[in-house]
Amino acid sequence: MGNEVAAQAALAAGAEVMFGYPITPTTEVLSTWISLATQHQKKYLQTEDEGAAGFGVVGACLAGKKAFTSTAGPGNVLMQDPLSMAEALRVPFVGLIGQRGGPSTGTVIYSQQETTLTAFGGNGEGYRIVYSPSNLQEIYDLTILAFNNAWLYRFPTFVLFDGYLGKMKGEVNLHNPGILINAKPILEGNVNLRNCFNLEEEIYDLNVRHKKAWQEASSQVSKFEHRPGQTKTLVFAHGIVAAAAKAAGVSLFRSITLWPFPVQDARIVAKKYEKIAIIESSYGQFGRIVKEALFGLELEVQEIYKPALGFTPEEIKEIVK
Amino acid sequence: MVPFPKCYKQSSKPSKFCPGCGYGLMFKMLGQVIDELGIQEKTVLGLDIGCSLLAWDYFDFPTTHTHHGRTTATMVGFKLADPSKVVLALMGDGGGYAIGLQNLLHAAIRNNPLTALVLNNTCYAMTGGQLAPTTLEGEITSTTPKGRDLTITGQPFLGPELIRSVAPLNAYVARGSVSQPAILKKYLRTALEKQINDKVFSLVEILSLCPVNWKTDAKGSFDFNLKMQKIFPCKEL
Ligand SMILES: Cc1ncc(C[n+]2csc(CCOP(=O)(O)OP(=O)(O)O)c2C)c(N)n1
Ligand code: SF4
Ligand SMILES: [Mg+2]
Repeated sequence: MGNEVAAQAALAAGAEVMFGYPITPTTEVLSTWISLATQHQKKYLQTEDEGAAGFGVVGACLAGKKAFTSTAGPGNVLMQDPLSMAEALRVPFVGLIGQRGGPSTGTVIYSQQETTLTAFGGNGEGYRIVYSPSNLQEIYDLTILAFNNAWLYRFPTFVLFDGYLGKMKGEVNLHNPGILINAKPILEGNVNLRNCFNLEEEIYDLNVRHKKAWQEASSQVSKFEHRPGQTKTLVFAHGIVAAAAKAAGVSLFRSITLWPFPVQDARIVAKKYEKIAIIESSYGQFGRIVKEALFGLELEVQEIYKPALGFTPEEIKEIVK
Repeated sequence: MVPFPKCYKQSSKPSKFCPGCGYGLMFKMLGQVIDELGIQEKTVLGLDIGCSLLAWDYFDFPTTHTHHGRTTATMVGFKLADPSKVVLALMGDGGGYAIGLQNLLHAAIRNNPLTALVLNNTCYAMTGGQLAPTTLEGEITSTTPKGRDLTITGQPFLGPELIRSVAPLNAYVARGSVSQPAILKKYLRTALEKQINDKVFSLVEILSLCPVNWKTDAKGSFDFNLKMQKIFPCKEL
């Protein structure tokens, strides 16, 4: 199951401690981690809510341990409080999110409606790395990459899937993770960390530093797949919608990092087509990112949005025939 | 004169607290305890958003701001990740008993081995003196302009008493006052020793002074503190 794969990947990535609060569709990430933790001398805490889980992750990262949480929908909303602290202090927070149909408690299977929340949900500028896996193997591979890049670049990092992928069963190669980036203490020695400042100039300087680091990281981190297919229209999609597009055999630009979005690559690829179709299970949360990235190119844009509904390959073939 | 505690960061003095503030009196006792226990090297302090945040560079050991009410949850994570550290979570009465009560309660219920310090100044001091759970009956604040009316806002909140009722028996709970520094120091020391030796939760509420929001002179501040002690009994619970 996708959720079990995510927990296995966290273990392979060297995670030491998980904080979590049960919520469908990601509860099995927590329960699987707890079984793994018992076998592998790792730690966990079932907290009183997702805010506490997120702040627990922040505290554990400050102590120098790879820590993570997993949540969904309303839990992702509550987690934005600790995330804004993680952004301020550049804490290598890792979150494994199973999107739910929203708003509110909504549904639990298909959705791509937590794109904006996960990437930009704080009172900062949205310097967060967000991966969107399309299949079970990618849940494994991208979760390992998420831990590595979180500790390498020190930005909060997410693997954003949905209930469908979290609950899906199939074969996965739980391979050796290769070289892992080490964690080290952040709050130690004579370090006095601040997230509250006296002067506008102080927080401006912090923003300038973060922006510079983000730009440097973006070019290294952003990731995509381009699959020329049988159509003249280029489909922009991510996650399991992109998996359906792949199965449909259409030309596809699949964003593997939703944020940072691979802007230059997307522009180069899109120039080879006259028309693009943005297909997603939300009213354009991913579409806004794509349209901003492609701004100024002469392209016809078709937007197919179905919040909290899935897409079949046949449907996608029909849309872009 | 008793010298400054060795664990103070000299370069950040004089401190950023208002003259006559109780935070500094509490820090002096806390600093002396840390010196005497010889734990400066392994102490880590989390600070809430409230006047406690002004202490971000007060000590010569690692400290971090958190969010309003979220210091306990953050330091629970720190301690779980690095149990070798002596972990302190300092917050105001608003941070501890209003917005962050859920986190404080559950840390106590779980007996998480850290020391929560809740400074009671009967108001939200940092934001200019609003009603807190601990505001006294009849006390004027900017959100209780006619004085706290218990029929509308309920009783002053007894934090240590509540925590005592949910925490395991071996957890340590006490309330002291900056007007009785030697006793307060004893409570702080016991709280840290409990964390270090027994690996249990400890909470010390500190009755403080806030001359700026109380609009009191030196004598008036201590008189107000005495009034607080009648509502909030100082003792080990
Ligand atoms: C989530 C959130 N809500 C509100 C505030 C504004 N705020 C800052 S400090 C504070 C109250 C502080 O009161 P208390 O915790 O008693 O600490 P004191 O300043 O009295 O020491 C409030 C409401 C905030 N920083 N964050
Ligand atoms: S407002 Fe009150 S609590 Fe805050 S620093 Fe001044 S005296 Fe101390
Ligand atoms: Mg207060």
